[in-house]
Amino acid sequence: MPEMVDQIFVICKHWLLGFAPAGVQPIFSALLSVVPVLVVFPLLFAITTVLERKGLGRIQNRYGPNRVGPCGFFQPIADAIKSLAKEDVVPDTADRVAHFLAPLLLVAAAFLAYAVLPIGRNMVVANLNAGVLFFFAVGSMVELAVFMAGWASRSKYSLLGAMRAIAQMISYEVPLVLASVVVIMAAGSLSTVAIVNAQASYTGIWPHWFVFTPWGFAGFVLFMIAATAESNRSPFDLPEGESEIIAGYYIEYSGFKFALFFLGEYLGMFATSGMAITLFLGGWAAPFSFLTWIPSYVWFFAKLLTLIAGFIWIRGTLPRLRMDQLMNFAWKFMLPMTLLNIFTAGVWHFTPAGYARWLVCVALVVAPFLLLSRGLQQEKKYGMRSYRFAE
Amino acid sequence: MTVSFFILAALTIAGTVAAMSLRNLVHCILALTLGFAGLAALYLQLGAQFVGFTQILVYVGAVAILAMFAIMMTQRAGAVAQPASSSSRTRGWITGGMTAGAVFAVLAWAIHASAALPQTLPPQALPSQPDAGVRAIGNALMHGFVLPLEIMGLLLTAALIGAVLVAMQEKQEMP
Repeated sequence: MPEMVDQIFVICKHWLLGFAPAGVQPIFSALLSVVPVLVVFPLLFAITTVLERKGLGRIQNRYGPNRVGPCGFFQPIADAIKSLAKEDVVPDTADRVAHFLAPLLLVAAAFLAYAVLPIGRNMVVANLNAGVLFFFAVGSMVELAVFMAGWASRSKYSLLGAMRAIAQMISYEVPLVLASVVVIMAAGSLSTVAIVNAQASYTGIWPHWFVFTPWGFAGFVLFMIAATAESNRSPFDLPEGESEIIAGYYIEYSGFKFALFFLGEYLGMFATSGMAITLFLGGWAAPFSFLTWIPSYVWFFAKLLTLIAGFIWIRGTLPRLRMDQLMNFAWKFMLPMTLLNIFTAGVWHFTPAGYARWLVCVALVVAPFLLLSRGLQQEKKYGMRSYRFAE
Repeated sequence: MTVSFFILAALTIAGTVAAMSLRNLVHCILALTLGFAGLAALYLQLGAQFVGFTQILVYVGAVAILAMFAIMMTQRAGAVAQPASSSSRTRGWITGGMTAGAVFAVLAWAIHASAALPQTLPPQALPSQPDAGVRAIGNALMHGFVLPLEIMGLLLTAALIGAVLVAMQEKQEMP
């Protein structure tokens, strides 16, 4: 019975596929795989917006949305109607074609990334041999969309925002990819399905997730930091810093195009979180061997919501970085740490299992972390805060 | 030679032609990106996943952005190029046509001379599925071609350090 519940969507798909004539079956099969993704993740976006606004409200000691529906949970519907009914304003000097295409490209690239995410057992749209590579390839298309949006608006603020966004995304893409290399080394495959299967076994009740190794833990933390920067979220939300450049690259967008930018940004965040789950947190696998009767997709979405809660928490508590801090952090801290982490994973792979391996690898992670952070702090010379213009 | 091949080929050619004929430089780069994406799709259609995705990652994600930055920093963004005079245009057509003809001739000669053509080989010698998987490429890079790979890495590192040095000197000149 648990297997039946676990595979219910796969069984449903095959049952529906039986009704289609043989000629259209490949297209029908693709549609049946794609449409649920196109439905579920925008819905998750709607739920996340209201949860985020309520959570941020609590953190900032206010109520948050509480007027539409029970406890304000129908707020996304009101938001959607509002953004659909708004006038679509395009600036006179804007480059109309690029201005129109930018949000579409952003959302399309964000959706493409879901093709390789295994949402449950046997539930992946396309099991590609180079799945992880595909994920990062479509992720890099987002930069182009951001640039098109910023340039086509013909506004100084949007161009500045786009430049900031691209500089930040390119810088943090390097540690993002390098942090995931350790998992590819350990699993010996670029296929996301193979990576999840490599983590799906248990010792006693404990799972074999990569996050429970020294290099895996370091890789997970580095990956999540880089993912926060990639999805332009606080504390890395300089591209849309309200106090400096108003809203960054989508300042000249209104109505539903603005909503599309929001959708694309959140979809990107979900996709990178899903990739972090696939790479480090065992994908759809249960956290304990006695909980495997709960369906696999439930575990995937539980892990996804946990990571989203972490994102909201960080957004509510950390202040925004400065541009130089951002770049220094990427190139002086993240890059050396990820490179050393790859070395640690190699050491882990080639030494026999035992306590000695744990000791060596933990030392290889902790010592560079302490040395790097101390070394970077020393050149700062923190002192009393001095005000240049106030006082 | 399927329908998808012709669609992708038309897309690639349209993108590259637009990249050469449009007047606005940023539009040119966007059109060129379309050409890159079409090429990547053609690679994918041939079953070369690694090459296709690397094409997207490197050309669409990095080279196009780099070209954008180069344009942004060297001239006014969105400047429209003036149409060339007729005499220089004929000269351009002649030089371009000759270059393209030479490149095409070399490529045709290389393909004709290589063993990949089915006529030159008995049919059973050709593998039905060409082994262009990620694993095969990785093994080749790490075993057979590890020295060229290292040398290229060294070359790129040298280029990187050189670029940093150029940028640093410019900074020192300014008081």
